[in-house]
Amino acid sequence: MTHAVAQFAAVLATVLFIFSLYWMNDPKTARHAVVAGVTAMLVAVLATWIQPEIVHHGWVVLAIVAGFIVGVPLSRVPLTAVPQRTALSHAFGGLAAGLVGVAEYYLWLGERSAQLTPFRMSALVAEVILGFLTFTGSLMAAGKLQEVKWIPQRPVTYPGQNVVNIGVLAIAVALGVLIVVHPTAAWSGHAFRAIAGLALLFGVLLIIPIGGADMPTVISILNSYAGLSAVAMGFVLDSKLLVTAGALDGSSGLILSIIMCRAMNRSFSNVLFGAFGTVRKTAAIGEQKEWKQETVEGAAQLLEQASRVVVIPGYGMAVAQAQHKVRELYDQLTKRGVTVQFAIHPVAGRMPGHMNVLLAEANIPYTALVEMDDINPEMPQCDVALVIGANDVVNPAARYAKDTPIYGMPIIDADKAKTVLAIKRSKNPGFAGIDNELYVQDNTWMLFGDAKTVVGDLVKQLAGGGLH
Amino acid sequence: MIQGLDGAPQGPPLPVDYWSMLFVFVLATFIGLGVIRRVSRLLYTPLMSLTNAISAIAVVGSIVVAGADYPRVIRILGAVALFASMTNIVSGFLITDRMLKMFKKQ
Repeated sequence: MTHAVAQFAAVLATVLFIFSLYWMNDPKTARHAVVAGVTAMLVAVLATWIQPEIVHHGWVVLAIVAGFIVGVPLSRVPLTAVPQRTALSHAFGGLAAGLVGVAEYYLWLGERSAQLTPFRMSALVAEVILGFLTFTGSLMAAGKLQEVKWIPQRPVTYPGQNVVNIGVLAIAVALGVLIVVHPTAAWSGHAFRAIAGLALLFGVLLIIPIGGADMPTVISILNSYAGLSAVAMGFVLDSKLLVTAGALDGSSGLILSIIMCRAMNRSFSNVLFGAFGTVRKTAAIGEQKEWKQETVEGAAQLLEQASRVVVIPGYGMAVAQAQHKVRELYDQLTKRGVTVQFAIHPVAGRMPGHMNVLLAEANIPYTALVEMDDINPEMPQCDVALVIGANDVVNPAARYAKDTPIYGMPIIDADKAKTVLAIKRSKNPGFAGIDNELYVQDNTWMLFGDAKTVVGDLVKQLAGGGLH
Repeated sequence: MIQGLDGAPQGPPLPVDYWSMLFVFVLATFIGLGVIRRVSRLLYTPLMSLTNAISAIAVVGSIVVAGADYPRVIRILGAVALFASMTNIVSGFLITDRMLKMFKKQ
């Protein structure tokens, strides 16, 4: 009886999960997605809990309560910290899969080693490798995003790095093959522990050569791994529900990774083994042109007289926490009948969709947020392009400068607007370390300073209060 | 024998039908690709926290490992895994909802 209940619950949960993802296709229906997801989870948990083999209820309650104690504060982080929270949750997902894999292996080894068929053993090895490499890799990514002191922010590279990385993974896989063939040999326990250790090490090695600009792609790839480790766990535990949910998560991570890679014109292997951000080459700008600085008064006048303004936000806006000031600017301009839109580059920020969430938090209607491919054809009709804390995603060098790491990356055509205003903290080059010729174009005017302060000054000027 | 949601709780262990599991995996991946491709580009950040919470369905496996009558060491591993999955479920769904609330048309 309880078995049939469990089976039915699994089917119901699968249907609800698929609907949950389906409702994410429109912001209007998206909140149903959470209701469906929570319902599915409740059904699945309860149906498992009532199974007769669950006898230590205290342990289950304790772990669930602990999950709430840590989970609730984690859901209240500021939105600028969402990338590291996401990386941390990938780490937890990987850890759960890895630990269950270890537990299962020792159970079977001790009690019924006949159960260790080659197929099941392969699934176990896959679960442990994927789970543990996702765990340490995601912890490293979270540490880099949180800018933890003892994790280097800049990519760490050394000669022969790729050989070492691939070597570590290859040894783990080779040991895996060995214990699949000889699951009950005297040395198999040692080999299993070695696999787990190598997977933990590989996760760290995989992430240290990766820099901040690649984080959107790396988080997506780790998302995919976390899903795949859940799939492997499903194979081990013989649970179709787990296989399905893991596959949905894995395919989501895969699609996001592909979109992120395309948005940077790079391949998976290039992101993982290319160490972006270490190359410091300068785009060949024919003649050394001067920056032209604009005053806040002048910039405010330009914006006021425009009929169409496109704002191009980048990670600099998030760092300066300028999004609320940007909303005030949006209000001032729309009040005057100026059309204001936001051009969103897929890799702007530190994770997919990061800019959209930050701007939505500042109460900017989502209808004003426009994707790169949709806004680019309209850029020549735009009177003012206002660049706030974005750099590489508007660098025209990406179109032709073959010796730069951003070559071939699709960019937002800010340079085609009638006038460009760029807010920039300093004259240093961006993350990729490349000069941006957009800033020295004839129709570009620079506003140097902290994004929040500069936008705030623009708002004051427009509101008629003058400065200070 | 440890069983997840789909497994028979009692009786002699049955050979697992791995081929049908592979079928499920392949079909679920294609459904996933089809559904995710339609997700609004505005919502990629909440999508990631949502799929995170969904894949924490691994909680069903952890409950069995932590709660069944196994040696203590095994149950400790299971309890830690259960804690990790539960954290993802709670924080994943809560933060997804928090973000989705912010997307307003006007």
